[in-house]
Amino acid sequence: MMTKTKKELPAFWKAYAASFKNGLSQDLSKVSLVVLDTETTGLNLKKDRILSIGALRIENGQILTKEAFELFLEQEKFNAQTVSIHGIRKTSAVQKIAELEGLKKVLTILENAILVAHHVGFDTGMLNTSLKRHGLPKLKNKTLDTSVLFHRSLPRSQQKANSHYTLDELAAFFNISTSDRHTALGDAYITAIAFWHIIGKLKPTSTKELLKKGRFFSWPISF
Amino acid sequence: MQNSISYRIADFLKRFPPFSNIPEATLQEIATEVNIVYKEKGSVIFKQGEATHPHYYVVHKGAISLWSTHEQLCLDICDEGDIFGLRPLMANDSYRLDALAEEESILYAIPIAVFRPLAKNNSAVTTFLVESFASNTRNPYASMPKGQLLGDTVKFDANRHSTDFLDFQPVTYTKDLVTATSNERIATLAKAMTMHRIGAILITENQLPLGIITDKDLRNKIATGLHSITENAASIMSTPVITYPAQLSVAQAQMGMMKNHISHLVLTEDGTTNTKAIGVLSKHDIMLSLGNNPAVLVKAIKRSKSVEEIKSLRMGVMNLLRGYLKQNIPMALTANIIAELNDVCIKQIITLTLQRMTSGPPVPFAWLALGSQGRKEQLLHTDQDNALVFANVPDGQLPTTQSYFLELGKKITAGLHAIGYDYCPAGMMASNPKWCQSLDGYRRTISAWITNPGPNEVLLSSIFFDYSLVYGDAILISQLSKHITKTIRSSPIFLSHLAKDALMSPSPTGFFRQFLVEQDGEHRDYFDLKKRALMPLIDAARVLTLSEHITGISNTWDRFKKLAEIQPQNAELFLACSYASKALLKFRTKQGLAHNDSGRFISLDKLTKEEKVKLKRTFKSIKGIQELINTRFMVSRLQ
Repeated sequence: MMTKTKKELPAFWKAYAASFKNGLSQDLSKVSLVVLDTETTGLNLKKDRILSIGALRIENGQILTKEAFELFLEQEKFNAQTVSIHGIRKTSAVQKIAELEGLKKVLTILENAILVAHHVGFDTGMLNTSLKRHGLPKLKNKTLDTSVLFHRSLPRSQQKANSHYTLDELAAFFNISTSDRHTALGDAYITAIAFWHIIGKLKPTSTKELLKKGRFFSWPISF
Repeated sequence: MQNSISYRIADFLKRFPPFSNIPEATLQEIATEVNIVYKEKGSVIFKQGEATHPHYYVVHKGAISLWSTHEQLCLDICDEGDIFGLRPLMANDSYRLDALAEEESILYAIPIAVFRPLAKNNSAVTTFLVESFASNTRNPYASMPKGQLLGDTVKFDANRHSTDFLDFQPVTYTKDLVTATSNERIATLAKAMTMHRIGAILITENQLPLGIITDKDLRNKIATGLHSITENAASIMSTPVITYPAQLSVAQAQMGMMKNHISHLVLTEDGTTNTKAIGVLSKHDIMLSLGNNPAVLVKAIKRSKSVEEIKSLRMGVMNLLRGYLKQNIPMALTANIIAELNDVCIKQIITLTLQRMTSGPPVPFAWLALGSQGRKEQLLHTDQDNALVFANVPDGQLPTTQSYFLELGKKITAGLHAIGYDYCPAGMMASNPKWCQSLDGYRRTISAWITNPGPNEVLLSSIFFDYSLVYGDAILISQLSKHITKTIRSSPIFLSHLAKDALMSPSPTGFFRQFLVEQDGEHRDYFDLKKRALMPLIDAARVLTLSEHITGISNTWDRFKKLAEIQPQNAELFLACSYASKALLKFRTKQGLAHNDSGRFISLDKLTKEEKVKLKRTFKSIKGIQELINTRFMVSRLQ
C-alpha cells in the first residue's frame, strides 16, 4: 500500500522531497526561511478551506520581493463571517487558481527551507489537510512559530500566562505598519519583520538552538 | 510581479529623494526588484575594500553609520530614508567606507542593474545621487548642508593649525580674472588695469598662465623709459609665473610672497602652470583677510576710545564667527576666540567707564560675567548677566562704597547695552544693589541659598555659580569660590536640590524618538533647543562639578572633560556630554545666525535630515547624564 502511494506521487512532490537530501546548515545566516500566511474560511482544520496563501523567502538575510507571492484559491466552501476579515469574496475580480496548483507553488518556494508563520501550527495544519485531500503526504519542513519565539524573547515579567500573542500585538510591539493586515502576503511580511526583530533579541547561535526555541506548543483547541 | 510587499516599498520610497522624482509606475517596477535586509545592531553591511554589492541601500528603519577605517572617524549616520553604499553605482571598484548598523535596522537593497537604466534619463535623480555619493564621504559635522560636493567644502585640519589663529583662514582672492594675451600692447593693458582697478594682469595662453604684469612692472620698465608703451606684453611680463593651488591658507600665501619677493600669487587648479588659472591673490587680499582676524580685532578694540567704536568692531566679531562656523573650525576653539573677543569688548567698556568716573575705585573690585557669558558659551548676543564684588570695608564706609560701585555698574551696563547686550530682564546686573556687594555681602547671600534652597535660591545659584572673572581682582573671586565649596560641604542637601532642578528640563524626544515640540504659546510647534537640549547638559555639568568641589571651570564642555578625568568609570558618558554640548551650541549659533535671532527655537521642518540626526544623537547623552544624576543625588527622595 505504502509503496503504491509513493509511486503515484507527482513529480513536483518528488522534487520537493528531494530538496531535503541536504540537511540544514547550522549557520543561521545560510539557512533559507519561508515566511507564510494563509487566509481561510474559518479556524476549523477539517471543515474550513484556504482562500489565499502569501509566502516570501528569506535568503542570506534578505527578503526577495520578486519571489514573494500571494495566491487566491478556488474554493467551494464559503463563509460570509470571515469575509469581513480578509476581504476575499466568493466571486471577486482577483485571479484564482485551483487548490492543487496553489499547493504546487507553495512546495516550489518552500523546498527544504524552515517554515515560519505566526501560529505556524494552524497554517501547516490547513496546508496538510488540503495536501491530504489531494493524496499527498504532510509537509516535511522544520517550522518556527513567531508567537512562541516572541514569548521566549520577552523577559519573564512581561510574558503572558497563556503565551498567546496576536500578530497585531507583535506589529505594535515592533512598530511595524499594519497597512495591509489580513492579506496573506501582508501578514506574511509583518510576520517576517517581527521574526527578524525577535531573532535580534534572542540571538540564537545555531539553527538547532533557534528551532528548539521556536518549537510550537500544541495547537490550542480553544482557539 | 507586483505584490503587497512591493507596494509597501514603493509607498515608503516615494517619500524620499531621489525616488520622489521617479514616476509612480517606474517606482513600482523598481520596488518589485528590491530586497529587504535586516541588520542586527553592530553588524556590518559592508567593509572598506570589500567588492561592491549589486545593490545600494535605503534605510527603512534604524540607523547606519559610515566609517572611514584608517581615520577611525564616523563620517555620517544615515537614518530613515537616507541612501548609502552608492559606490557601485558610480565606480566599479571596492567600497571606501565601512557601513555598520548603529541600531537594529531594516534596509531596502535597490539593485543597480535595474535602477540604472530606469534612472538614467532622469537628471534630477542622477544629480541627487551624485551629490549624495559625494556627501557620504564628508564629515557629518561639516557646516555645509547635505548635497554639497566634497570639493566645495574647505577641510580644516585641526592638527596642523591648532596653535595659530592666523593660519587657518583660507585666502579669499580675486576670482574675476582679467587676462590678456602676450601680443597685447602695453598701453591697452594699462587701460584695462585702470578700468578694472587691479594691480596686476595675467597673461595667458590657452587659459594657462604664461606671465604677469604688475603696477611695479609698469613703474620700473615703462615709466623709467626702458620700454615703450607701444611694445607687447611679452616684453615686460614676468615669466614664468609663480603658481599656487587655490586651497591656500593666509600664512602659506604670505610665505609664498615673502619667499619669492612678489606681490601677487597666481592660483591655478592644481597649483602648477599646467592647469587653468583661476585667480590672482594680491597682498591687498591678504591684508583684508587679516582685518578679519582676531588678533587684529583685539588690537583695534583695545585702541578704541568710544562705545560707538567698540560697537562697530563687534560687527567684525560676528563676521568672524560666521566665517569660523562656515569653515568648520572646532567649536571649542571658536567659542574660546569669540568669548575672548567678547571679554576684550567688556574689559574695554569697563576701562573706558573707569576713566570717566570722577574718582578711582575706593577699594579693589571684580567684575563677574554670569550665566552663559560666564560659561563662555555666549556666541550670539544675549542678555547681560553680571555682578560686581568689592573688597570688604568697615561698616561705616559700606553705603558710600556701594553707591560708588553702583554708579560704576550702571554706567558699565549702559555701555554694554550700547554695544548690543540686552539688559537682563530679571535685573541680574551690577547696577542692581543685590548684585553689587562686598565680599562678605555675597558670602551671606550664598550661604542663605545653600542652606535654605527653595526654587528661587536654586535658580539664582544656578546662574551665579557659572561666574567667571572678566575684570579686576582675582583674589576676591578665589575667596568667593572657597566660600561656596565650604558651604556646600556642610550642606550637601543643596546638591540634591540642584540635581532635582537639573532634571526638570522636559525631555527632547518622545517614545518613538520623535522630537517633542512646544504645545502652546508664541513658539508653538517649534523645538526649544535651549530648554530641551542645552539646559539639561549645562545644569548637569554644574551640579556634578560642584559636588566634586571643582571651582574655576564654568564652561560646560570643560566641566565635563574635567569630570571625565576624575571619574574615569563614567568617562565615556562625560566625554559624550562634552561633545554634545559643543555640537548643540554650534547648532544653536548657526540657527541663530541664519535666522538672525537667538537660535533658541527651531522649526523642525526647516531642518535637513542630517541636522535632525545630529540633534538626536546628542539626546542619548542627555538621557544618560540625567539617569546618572538621578541615582547619584537620590533626587527621587526629595519628592
